[in-house]
Amino acid sequence: MTLSKAEIFPRMSEAIIAGDREAARALAEEAAGAGFDLLEVVDKGYLPGLRKVGELWEQGEYFLPELITSAEAMKAAMAVLGPALNRGPAGSRRAGRIVIGTVEGDIHDIGKNLVASMLQAGGFEVFDLGADVKLERFVEKAEEVGAGTICLSALLTTTMAAQKRFIGLLRDRGLRGKYKVLVGGAPASRRWAEEIGADGYAENAVAAVNLAKSLAGGS
Amino acid sequence: MIETRRPKLELLSREFVERIIDEGLTLLERHGVLVENAEALDLLTAAGARVDPSTGMARIGRPIIEAALATAPPSVTVYDRSGGRAFTVGGDEVHFDPGSAGVTLLDHDTRTQRQASAADLAAFYKLTETLEHLHFQSTCLVPADVPSRVADAYRLWLGLVLSEKPFVTGTFRVEGFRPMKDLLAAVRGGESGLRARPLAIFDACPSPPLKWSNLTAQSLVDAARAGVPSELISMGMTGATSPTTIAGTLVQHVAESLSGVAIVQLAAAGAPVIFGGSPSSFDMRHGTTPMGAMETMMIDVGYAQIGKALKLPTHAYMALSDAKVNDAQAGFETGLGAVLAALAGINVVSGPGMLDFESCMSLEKLVIDDGLCAMAYRLIEGVAQRDDPIALGVFDGFRPGQSFLTHPHTRRWYRTEHLPAGLADRDPYEAWAAAGGTTIVDKAHDDVARRLGRYSAPPLAGDLRRDLDGIMSAYARSSGVPAPALPAA
Repeated sequence: MTLSKAEIFPRMSEAIIAGDREAARALAEEAAGAGFDLLEVVDKGYLPGLRKVGELWEQGEYFLPELITSAEAMKAAMAVLGPALNRGPAGSRRAGRIVIGTVEGDIHDIGKNLVASMLQAGGFEVFDLGADVKLERFVEKAEEVGAGTICLSALLTTTMAAQKRFIGLLRDRGLRGKYKVLVGGAPASRRWAEEIGADGYAENAVAAVNLAKSLAGGS
Repeated sequence: MIETRRPKLELLSREFVERIIDEGLTLLERHGVLVENAEALDLLTAAGARVDPSTGMARIGRPIIEAALATAPPSVTVYDRSGGRAFTVGGDEVHFDPGSAGVTLLDHDTRTQRQASAADLAAFYKLTETLEHLHFQSTCLVPADVPSRVADAYRLWLGLVLSEKPFVTGTFRVEGFRPMKDLLAAVRGGESGLRARPLAIFDACPSPPLKWSNLTAQSLVDAARAGVPSELISMGMTGATSPTTIAGTLVQHVAESLSGVAIVQLAAAGAPVIFGGSPSSFDMRHGTTPMGAMETMMIDVGYAQIGKALKLPTHAYMALSDAKVNDAQAGFETGLGAVLAALAGINVVSGPGMLDFESCMSLEKLVIDDGLCAMAYRLIEGVAQRDDPIALGVFDGFRPGQSFLTHPHTRRWYRTEHLPAGLADRDPYEAWAAAGGTTIVDKAHDDVARRLGRYSAPPLAGDLRRDLDGIMSAYARSSGVPAPALPAA
């Protein structure tokens, strides 16, 4: 028996809050099978759950394991809904495209994965290049997919200089104005972002999503 | 006389230690470790490890680890630059060295961090040279004004020019090992001299969970063959890159470290290797790696106990803080770490001077921490019986109302039994207020200036300076960068 929207939306929200990847995925399939308006499914089913997770984080109730598990559940749902949404009306991926990676020489990717998951859960189409990524590659990918934002992570104090070099690389190519560049990672800071001429820095994954949204909206 | 007991902290029961080691060995056998270095994989394959050539996963059976443990020396003796002073890294000996490797320096006047320069690194070397409770130097900063291609060798070159103490250091790229070894061998008059009297310890960090990168595995192999001690810096972060339980992280620590011991021993049986680490309790709110968390220190003390059970020398990143300035947090985290490390008998303790998750160094903190190290050393000296009888003799002929201040027994023992205050404030309030009401940080700042003013470079014998410069210049040339110079004082 197919559930009504009134029945299924709260369950979707709960699946995200509980970080139940399997339930999030199954409910998405059910909604797609029932022919529901998938934009409405995302807006009224899943996003309220994600907002609640954000609130729980802000209140200090949720910690990183809950946050990331919920983000993973959101990704599982979007993996089902995304293709169908992309076939639908243009602009369904409302938040924009982001290229993200850990800079060359640096193999640390926990923080970067965390931010990538949250950005994805937050509605961005995320192109994750992984770790130890040549600076050149960030530009190539952004050009290829038409991204608006590029995020560079560096955990090592020895590799953070690559974030600065990247800004120079964009300038040299005359592409600096084309992309918003966000920097993150343990040694980075707001001051560092200002110093190297990046567009922003966020101290955690939740703040990164808010920042990316405000920058994308302002461009 | 009753023998003095050296106070000792053992966190785990013997049964627990054995169980953790056993699971670590099973993990290596069943799951294995990823090795991204061809030479190390060849060594493991030849020794009978089951290596999947397509992935680089090496499953290492118990006999390989047992053989490695049988040839790994239980202690390493390192020598200062002159070769005259020996330091045993083993047993329950404790040697503190500055934390490494920061990239920023905490500026005393502005209370903000700034990028570290070669001149800052030189200041740390000079200051450390004057601090008696820091037995070793560490290449404690990554100077931003030195080309990164040669920064690893540059830090060692600068240190060998400015300091007499043994070094804890490491490579930044595979090519860096050769010139660094050449610098050390030059001091010893050749490679056999270096082998006989190691002057520097090389850190090599596996990437958690269970991976040796090309750089770090190569460093293990190269150092082993040169007789240079390697220090294994396993660094699981609980719940992020290692199991969230302390005991679970210890299992991973054992597996990562013992695979390192195996690579070292297969490269050169009998080569010195230190069971070290920089693990941390991962902060689930901030996504950071607090070195000052009690759980981090519990992991450190725990693996050190395991290292001792395996009859290996030990190391830890302790006596450091995550505070951003020299505040109360900086003091209590560093003090707790220094005391726990000393009680645990950890042989090399890297941390003094360090703040902000191993990223920032402070000259003021370094002198404050030297005082903490002095207190930790005092603690592990224990309470000794100096006289027999203990005190009855002191009371012979003692009159009511008499004080001990002028008693010969006091003058005989007070300097041995009690440390002077150092930088700690022990003034009565009025005297403290009259003297300007300063904090320990202000006093430390003055002390830094005093010590740096007193410093003079310990002389290098014969043509050694020219030889060291020649090695450094040649490496710079081959790396395509200008020959670096000594920073202006």
